Amino acid sequence: MDSAFPLMANSGAAAASSSAKIAAHTPAMTTPGASTLRMKVTKLNFYYGKNHALHNVSMDVATNRVTAMIGPSGCGKSTLLRTLNRMHETLRHTRLEGEITLDGVNILTLDVTRLRRMVGMVFQKPNPFPKSIYENVAYGLRINGHKGRLDDAVEKSLRRAALWDEVKDKLHKSAYALSGGQQQRLCIARALAVDPEVLLLDEPCSALDPVNTAKIEELLFELKPSCTLVIVTHNMQQAARVSDSTAFMLNGELIEFSPTGTMFTTPSDPRTEAYITGRFG
Amino acid sequence: MERHFERDLEELKERLLWMGSLAERAVHQAVHAVLDADEALAQTVLREENTINELQIEIDDRVVQLLALQQLMAADLRFVLAIARINNDLERIGDQAVNIAHSATRIVRHPRVKPYVDLPRMGELAEKMMRDSLDSLVRRDIELARSVLSRDDQVDQLRDQIFRELLSYMMGDSSVVFPAFELILVAKNLERIADHATNVAEDVIYMVAGSDVRHPAVDRNTA
Repeated sequence: MDSAFPLMANSGAAAASSSAKIAAHTPAMTTPGASTLRMKVTKLNFYYGKNHALHNVSMDVATNRVTAMIGPSGCGKSTLLRTLNRMHETLRHTRLEGEITLDGVNILTLDVTRLRRMVGMVFQKPNPFPKSIYENVAYGLRINGHKGRLDDAVEKSLRRAALWDEVKDKLHKSAYALSGGQQQRLCIARALAVDPEVLLLDEPCSALDPVNTAKIEELLFELKPSCTLVIVTHNMQQAARVSDSTAFMLNGELIEFSPTGTMFTTPSDPRTEAYITGRFG
Repeated sequence: MERHFERDLEELKERLLWMGSLAERAVHQAVHAVLDADEALAQTVLREENTINELQIEIDDRVVQLLALQQLMAADLRFVLAIARINNDLERIGDQAVNIAHSATRIVRHPRVKPYVDLPRMGELAEKMMRDSLDSLVRRDIELARSVLSRDDQVDQLRDQIFRELLSYMMGDSSVVFPAFELILVAKNLERIADHATNVAEDVIYMVAGSDVRHPAVDRNTA
């Protein structure tokens, strides 16, 4: 059940128990100005069968910041995102070398269900369960033995996802009756219900219109004080608008990782420059 | 891959350089209107000022269009920002040339205070700084831009020298106060032109290298 619904999680108890000291980190590819690290990727190599998809990637994810990953299709950004909560393990014939830590703890040593409770994920296309709006959010809480009033917890999550005002009068209607943008925010509410430390977002706005895209982007700003966010996006303007630091990937390599303001005004690598000015290739 | 907006960027640069050449010519003519007591030349500068002003507005409009429509990044963004700033500096240079031309029309009504020695040197220096700053833009030449910055002190020294000398003339003979005062204004205008040329050079360095050299004493982390 847990592995079938990896986004589902229980309360933050597990998260609290894993609050190990943050490991010392190498200076390369860190987020300047970041005081603490939530996650740290060190010399990560990843393989789909014989296909070497990620090459020696080292990167820090700063606490309560938005980290964006950009790069052309097939550059490995979604693969890297998926390794952060071991979503790659749902695929066969994959191999991972290197280390990823969450609060200083190697994620490979954690129970995968517990990991995905702490590191939630939102996908490109909204994927609500075929249940009511209420049940979509309550489901994870219930299977994780939530204590306290479920109604309060559901409302809190829907408010955090900036959806409450739009759905409070139709909580028991089907989630499928919502618009695409609302469904995506419902998926975010569902992921937030279990109070994750990190939320991974894989192209969360690619299926949305500009108005709903703006709502999701505003939501990211509101979530930042309470959650660490990592977003993969094809939309460079979106990365520029929402993120604090940006990673540019190419052919499975992390080419540049800089504060977003620096990345989009004075990138240091000519390949980054070529990509973000649209002259790549 | 060439992007279609590159043609817009190239046109933007060409229009700015055209404006630069007009501003350069205005300064040259205005200075010579003073040195040669040529009122007709001064009137030419006054007549042509509006062309520079029109170009400023046109370039501003192009910049706004590019920023609004093309979501420029990195070197392209720095280029357009630099052009927008240089546009203002060139327009201000045009204004200073007009000030000098106005002074020329007043100076010609008086006998020459003294033979001009430092003023032509100052004019040449300021004009050369302007030309080099625009050349550094065309050639993306940071070294040339830096050499413009290093020349600003020479212009300031000449201004001080001219002030001192003309003050002594004014103290010695009250009948030269009016034309001497105008010449002091001309020196001040030339010094401002050199300052604007310095700004242009700083913008070129920012455009090419991404480094802001405007105020070395300002710590970006505390500003």
